[in-house]
Amino acid sequence: MTWPGPAEDARPDARPAAGEPVPTGDGIDPSWRRLSPRMLLVHPFQEIPRALPAIFGLFVAGTASGNQWWGVVSLVGVIGAAMTRWFTTTYRITPDYVQVRQGLFRRRELSAPRDRIRTVDVTAHAVHRLVGLARVEIGTGRSDRTDEGVRLDGLSAAEAARLREELLHHRPQPVTQPVAEAAPVAAPAARPDVEVVLATLRPSWVRYGPFTLSGFVAVGIVAAFLSRAINEWHLDPTRYGPLRALAAHFTHAPVGLAVAEVLAACAVFVAVASTVGYVLAFWGFRLTRHSAGTLHITRGLLTSRATTIEERRLRGVEVSEPLLLRLVGGARCIAIATGLRVGRGAEHGGTLLLPPAPRAEAERVAGEVLRDPAPVTAPLTPHGPRAMLRRYTRAVAAVVFTIAVLIAGWWFAGWPAWIWQVALLALPAAALLAYDRYRSLGHALIGGRLVARQGSLVRRRHALACDGIIGWNIERSFFQRRAGLATLTATTAAGHQRYEVLDVPQAEALRLADEATPGLLTPFLERHPHPHSVIMKDPGRHSTPNPS
Amino acid sequence: MSTDRAETVTLRAPRHRVSRKAIWYWTVRAVIGWLVVLAVEFGWLVNAPTLGLPVLVLLVTVVLAVVHLIVMPRWRYRVHLWEATPAAVYTQSGWFNQERRIAPVSRIQTVDSERGPFEQLFGLANVTVTTASAAGPLKIHGLDYATAQRLVDDLTRTTQATPGDAT
Repeated sequence: MTWPGPAEDARPDARPAAGEPVPTGDGIDPSWRRLSPRMLLVHPFQEIPRALPAIFGLFVAGTASGNQWWGVVSLVGVIGAAMTRWFTTTYRITPDYVQVRQGLFRRRELSAPRDRIRTVDVTAHAVHRLVGLARVEIGTGRSDRTDEGVRLDGLSAAEAARLREELLHHRPQPVTQPVAEAAPVAAPAARPDVEVVLATLRPSWVRYGPFTLSGFVAVGIVAAFLSRAINEWHLDPTRYGPLRALAAHFTHAPVGLAVAEVLAACAVFVAVASTVGYVLAFWGFRLTRHSAGTLHITRGLLTSRATTIEERRLRGVEVSEPLLLRLVGGARCIAIATGLRVGRGAEHGGTLLLPPAPRAEAERVAGEVLRDPAPVTAPLTPHGPRAMLRRYTRAVAAVVFTIAVLIAGWWFAGWPAWIWQVALLALPAAALLAYDRYRSLGHALIGGRLVARQGSLVRRRHALACDGIIGWNIERSFFQRRAGLATLTATTAAGHQRYEVLDVPQAEALRLADEATPGLLTPFLERHPHPHSVIMKDPGRHSTPNPS
Repeated sequence: MSTDRAETVTLRAPRHRVSRKAIWYWTVRAVIGWLVVLAVEFGWLVNAPTLGLPVLVLLVTVVLAVVHLIVMPRWRYRVHLWEATPAAVYTQSGWFNQERRIAPVSRIQTVDSERGPFEQLFGLANVTVTTASAAGPLKIHGLDYATAQRLVDDLTRTTQATPGDAT
């Protein structure tokens, strides 16, 4: 990280209390500023839930020792500590840097060079929105993935939107009227650049919510909370009326029925929670393209998020279909961009280009983003019979081995017979999985993009720009060499960092790589006149069995 | 199987082997590992009430160690290959699961060369070439020190000549 000279600005509190500074003519105010003073209201709301276990513990300890003020004192302490964050944080935006100074005991100064800024995310949680604030996160695309980048927590919503515009589009725009407190995240309205809407959420897409399974997380949290509550506070479920009736019901019902009922209840809960999660995360979803060369995503019901992706950082798109979503004809669309990490869960960090929606819609949006529908819709070359055989052997062999162990246990160690009998059911399931996994396999080079598809539980089809490929890994396991297959991995600085073409015939892998990056492989390729010669022969052939 | 052309295109292995001294370096390093195992087993043998099982385990370990010490370094020497052209770096590694990696020189971000204390004794160095992708840096273990130095110099010079941030 480059540090500016200390003498450059020796007035750290040049404009101390200016929470809403009036921008100068070029839209940049280079002096040190504080965040919005309304954050004094927000910080306690953020900190108290985090400190709640400690406060509660102190309260209980204080009550036990006869001093009931402990809880109150700790609460006041937490609020005070939260408020000091506002007093200790200053930031400034110079023509070259965005800098933040923060910390009371451990002073930190973060700076992001403006020409390295790749993403600007504006997030407003419910409390932020109540007081008209938003948080700005500035990503510089550092690949060590531990640093969160520069974060300005608490600018007025209009100021945040203006800052995002300013930082990404590098267009200083004079502000003639005082910055008005508009909608939480101001919609880009009267702006010289042209905005084209690529996708907006339709309410009917909520029907895909239950199939996203994001509710599993909620179930996990609730279950963990309940079990902790029961253990730590010694609650006895049988002491409460409805719960007692439920417990009595389960103790008298047959085991099979009870299990079925519990599973059904869980399924309903997951479906409801997933749907609620879908609405919370994606309500008002809107994907637009600005003529300045950015894609802009806004979404969220309570917490509103605005993400901006520079198109010159975009290396491709991925259409992914988790199994459940695929069964009901849904898919989602994810951006492959440098400097944007692909997050986990339903929201996929800031990379989501379309939440779960009809597959045709996901393909349309992917095509719009690429400005070419072919990579997402064109038919792919299948990987051939050997790849199919490999899918079956891999899926079925593991199950057969497990069953063999279970039968051996039943025969020699007297394990109950029903275990291996139930395990037999896994055989057709494995075969089905292998069939589906093979059907997913496919690859092509379309419009200067490497397109490949794989997977069954989550089927992904990615289209990666050949310009974005910065290397190749060609992996061949012992069995792959015997089958004449290879896994070709294109490495890239974007998205997942590696995109695989799984189990492709070796000659085809070389053809793909050679065509995608012309000239790179040429010095290492050998052409043999005999079509039956061994492909990719080994110099260390003494050590490995001959693949032919 | 998929090309209709009369000729078959294959990817040849990288041209260069690492330094022969690496065989001895790998052997010495493995010897140390085995000595630790043997010391533990010997301690068990001394303290055990009966000698039968500990002696058997010790013998099996010695046989395994000898086989490993003879086979491993030579096998590794045969399969660890590398090559650098003005346009690309190309490496191969792996015994059963062979992996070949190719990175264009124009996309190289960093070239590191490092030498552990043992490697210095043998006059060896490791070279690691990274690109902007977090997936798979190219590592060449057991290069002769002079060769490693020359490789790093060459790559650094070519990389600096390439404009852009190589993403």
